[in-house]
Parts: sequence; C-alpha cells; structure tokens
Amino acid sequence: MTMDAAKIATPAGGVHRGSVLRALFLRPELTAFASVLVVFAFFALTAGDAGFLSFTGTKNYLQVAAEIGIIATPITLLLVAGEFDLSVGTMIAAAGISVAFPISFLGWPLWACICCGLVVATLVGSANAFLVVRLNMPSFLATLGMMFVLRGVTLGLTLMLTGATQIFRLKASLGADPLLPLFSGTPLGLPIALYWWLLFVAIAAYMLANTRYGNWIYASGGDRDAAVKMGIPVGALKLVLYILTAMAAVVVAMVQMFYVDITDVTQGLGKEFEAITAAVVGGAAITGGIGSPVGTAFGTLMFGMISQGFFYTDINDNWYYAFVGLMLIGAVIINTYTRKAAMRRSAK
Amino acid sequence: MSDAPLLAARNIRKSFGAIEALSGVSLTVHAGRVTCLLGDNGAGKSTLIKILSGVFAPDTGDIMLGGVRITFRSARDALDAGIATVYQDLAVVPVMPIYRNFFLGREPEMGWGPLRRFDKQTAIRVASEEIARIGINVRDVHRPIMTLSGGERQSVAIARAIHFGARVLILDEPTSALGVKEAEIVLRYIRRARDKGIGIVFITHNVHHAWLIGDSFEILKRGSVSVTFEKAGLTKDELLTQMAGGDDLARLAIDFDAAATA
Repeated sequence: MTMDAAKIATPAGGVHRGSVLRALFLRPELTAFASVLVVFAFFALTAGDAGFLSFTGTKNYLQVAAEIGIIATPITLLLVAGEFDLSVGTMIAAAGISVAFPISFLGWPLWACICCGLVVATLVGSANAFLVVRLNMPSFLATLGMMFVLRGVTLGLTLMLTGATQIFRLKASLGADPLLPLFSGTPLGLPIALYWWLLFVAIAAYMLANTRYGNWIYASGGDRDAAVKMGIPVGALKLVLYILTAMAAVVVAMVQMFYVDITDVTQGLGKEFEAITAAVVGGAAITGGIGSPVGTAFGTLMFGMISQGFFYTDINDNWYYAFVGLMLIGAVIINTYTRKAAMRRSAK
Repeated sequence: MSDAPLLAARNIRKSFGAIEALSGVSLTVHAGRVTCLLGDNGAGKSTLIKILSGVFAPDTGDIMLGGVRITFRSARDALDAGIATVYQDLAVVPVMPIYRNFFLGREPEMGWGPLRRFDKQTAIRVASEEIARIGINVRDVHRPIMTLSGGERQSVAIARAIHFGARVLILDEPTSALGVKEAEIVLRYIRRARDKGIGIVFITHNVHHAWLIGDSFEILKRGSVSVTFEKAGLTKDELLTQMAGGDDLARLAIDFDAAATA
C-alpha cells in the first residue's frame, strides 16, 4: 500500500515521485475516503450512543454496503470501459426469481439453481452488449430499455408461474444444501455478503492495475478509437464486463434472499443508481477511462453508513436521499477539481 | 543487402464505387531515406497510405516488400511486416500514463496461467529509456500522456512504432497541427529515425517541412497522377511550383492574361 501511494491506481492521478503529498491528494480514492470519515464522524457523534457504533450497528451497515458493493465493483469496471448498466438493479430481481423458482417449485439442488441464475445473467449481459457494441446504442439508453423489459418480464413470468410476486421459505425448501453456507450465515460474526464484496473488490482492483486486461479496460473508455487502432478487442471486452455485471447481480440476489429468506420481484430496485453513485463518489468518471474499485468500495461504505445511520438518529429517515444527493454532488465537484489539477500540463 | 527498396507500390489503382481515388500511383521507400508524399486535400494521400498500411486492398497494382510481392489482408499483417503507421490522432489514450500508452495492446507480461500479470517494472523502464532516447525531457512516465505537448506526443507515438520493430514508418501529417517549435521537435526526431536506417513516408502539405528532411518527393495530383522528384537537381521553388499545381497554374496565368487583354 505504501508503494501504491507513490505510484497510482488509475491513469488519472499524475504523480511525481518528489511530491508524495500531492500525489496522495490527487488519488481518486481520497474523496471517497474522506466522505467515509465525515459520514462516520457525523453518525458517531449524533447516534453513537443510540447503537450506530455497536457491533450490531456495524454489521447492519456492512450488510447494506456489501449488497451495493458487489454490483458497484463490476459497474466501476464498466464505467472505466466507458459504459453504463442501468439494468443491473432489475437484474437482481430477475436473478432472485431465476434462482428461487427452481428451489421452491422444482426442488433442484442449489448448484443447479445457481446455474439457472448464471444462464439468465449471461443472456441479459449478452443482450446489453449486443445493443451497445453491435448496434452502437448509447449504453444509457440500451440498458434503460433492458431495465424496463427485464422488470416487466420478471413480474409477468413470476405471476404466471407462481401466482404471486414473492417466493419464500427458501431455506426450508433447500434443506441442508452443501453450497448454502457460501451465501448464507455469518462466518466470524460478519455477514457473508461482506466476504463476497471484499473478494470482488480485491479481484477487480488487482485486474485493473496489474493485468493487461486492466490496461485494455482503461483504454476502451479513455479513447475507444485509439484502443481499436492498437488492436484491443473492445467489443469482446465489453461483452465480458456486461456478463460479469449481471452475474454479480446473481450473487447479490442470493446473499439477500438467504439473509431474509424471501425474494420479491421488486428486489434490487434502484440499486443501479446506488451502485453508480458509489462508483462516482469513489472517483469514477462517467465519461470513461477513470475509476478505482477501491474508491468505489469507500463510496459504497459511505452509502451503507448513511442508509443505516439515520435509523439510529432522531432525524427523520426521509432526509436520507437529500443527504446522499448532496454527498454525490459534492464528490463530483471535488473529483472534477482534483482531476483537472492532475492533468495540468504545467505540473510537469 | 540488395538494392531493392524496402517498400514499393507499383501502379496502384483503387476505386470506391464510381469514384476513382487512385489511378496508377507508384511510390518507393528506401531504407534510411525520407520519401515525402505531397498533395492537395482529396488528392488521394490518405487512400494511398491506407493501402500501404494494409487497411485497404488495392484494386490492381503491386506492393513489393524488399523486392517480393506481398498482399496485406489487414493492418495487423502490415504491422507484422514492419510497416507502422502513425495517424494524425496518434492512437493514444489521453488520460492514460505515458508508459501504459507506450505498451497499449502489447503489454509485457510475467507469471503463469491466471496469475499472468502486466510487467509494469519492465514497461516503465523501457518506456523511460525509449523516451529519453528521443531527447524529450519527461521526468515521469506515470504522467497522463495528455500532459505532454503536441510535438512530444507525436514523438512518443513514433518512438512506440520504432520500438515495436517498424522498418517502414508512415507518418500522416505529423507536423501540420503543430506550432513552429513543436514541429521542430518532430522533424529532428524523424531525421534521427532516418539515420537509424528506417524508411520513412512523410505525408504533408507543408513544402517547407518536406524540403527540410525529404530525400525524394512524390506529388499526388487529384488522385490520378503521381510525379517523383529527387532532391538532387531540384530547387525549393521548383518544388513549390509543382506543389501549387505547376503547369495548371501556368495555364491559368495565360488564361487570365488573355481575359485581361480581351
């Protein structure tokens, strides 16, 4: 980590070895890290006694953060590659039903149900990539369309097949499935979702910084034409990222539904915006080419703290969204400013 | 080593639908020499370089590599044969660090299987060395390439092409978007590349730049005709006249005179 501070995690932070302090300030993660500190301090002061600082309080906001973080991580890679995915929230609902239906109604073992979810994820991810890569649709519109289609199909099919909009008592239907501990429970006292989140962040951060694929993702979003001219398979890269994003939604759906033992056709609604917000607070540029999975993780943690923190304060929960919005706008202003400073030519 | 040119195009014809972009154009590139490709907008310069760099296939005509006839099926083919093209947009990603741009798409790797990783140490070291060799004073290759000046960026793109084994370097208007000082950096660097034995095709419409470093000049006129001039036995004024339309202009002058006296 100390070595990293002297270098950079994304191409954005121009760094000169002589000015480690300046480098630190230009790191995209800094804004998000500072946001976490501010939010933590705020709730520790206003709600520390009420339980925010307790183990249960901590566990609760980690659970919320992890559920957002698992999808926010591949969303960050997509943003770096220059694309959006607004369908990922609805994909959580679709994935939940795809996995829960065979559990409850077909009596399949969990591994087969997971495969069912992954097949659906592959189809949705491929469809998104087809619209964006082949038909050259702006990903904002392509995945917005996919969001509505997916929501309608999930609702319609679920009602048709089950006569209800929820599937519950999942654990009882599964019994003692050998794979269940991977998605349910609290190893070492912490929610299982947290471990998935950390795994996702670690893999994404490593890949982006230390493999050639990371270089290709940066280039695809930084300048698509240049990437193509240098022989980078931009289309294939985006296809993989869209599929991975949809698969991450399957993981979120599973840790959520085994946490509350129920899945609903509205599960995950709005999560796409929370994921994008976390990524942008974490330093990702929606214009592509810039972003950091570790920064996103801090942005996500901030989200978790805010959403659970209000519960412990005397402040009405309705203020939650205003708080989130202000954090987002503030982070964008700060990130834009630091990015400009990093790119200044005179800073050579 | 034979006297065969590194790269030669013979009687290249290329049409797009009913429009004939090139009708029998020839061009020769020798090792350690700069061939300037001059001509107006729409004269077919970009079509010709796209054929030389494997982006288009010619309708008829031959491309000879070291005296042997060759067919490029893609830009990759031409690149593998040692023909590198630096386009005007340079194919660099502005926000990415210089070293990552230098190795974009050709990243050195280390490790095995799923643990294969981008060998950043090597990339940083090699990029630093190559850029120092150009004579650009870049203290830190971690900086985004957009923090370099236009001339420096152009030079880095050329250095990248040479590092990856270019024997023929096609430069598409490398100086036209630059100020005087910046153009100087690039021209100096092209000269050094030439002295290393690389054959260079220098596309420009700036006669002064061409005259400075060109060994021979190929003038394309409205896609069809190409005329070759060697620098020996040519003056800058003659080149200027040829560039400006030469005989056509002379005829125009006569027409104007006739109109004035009528």
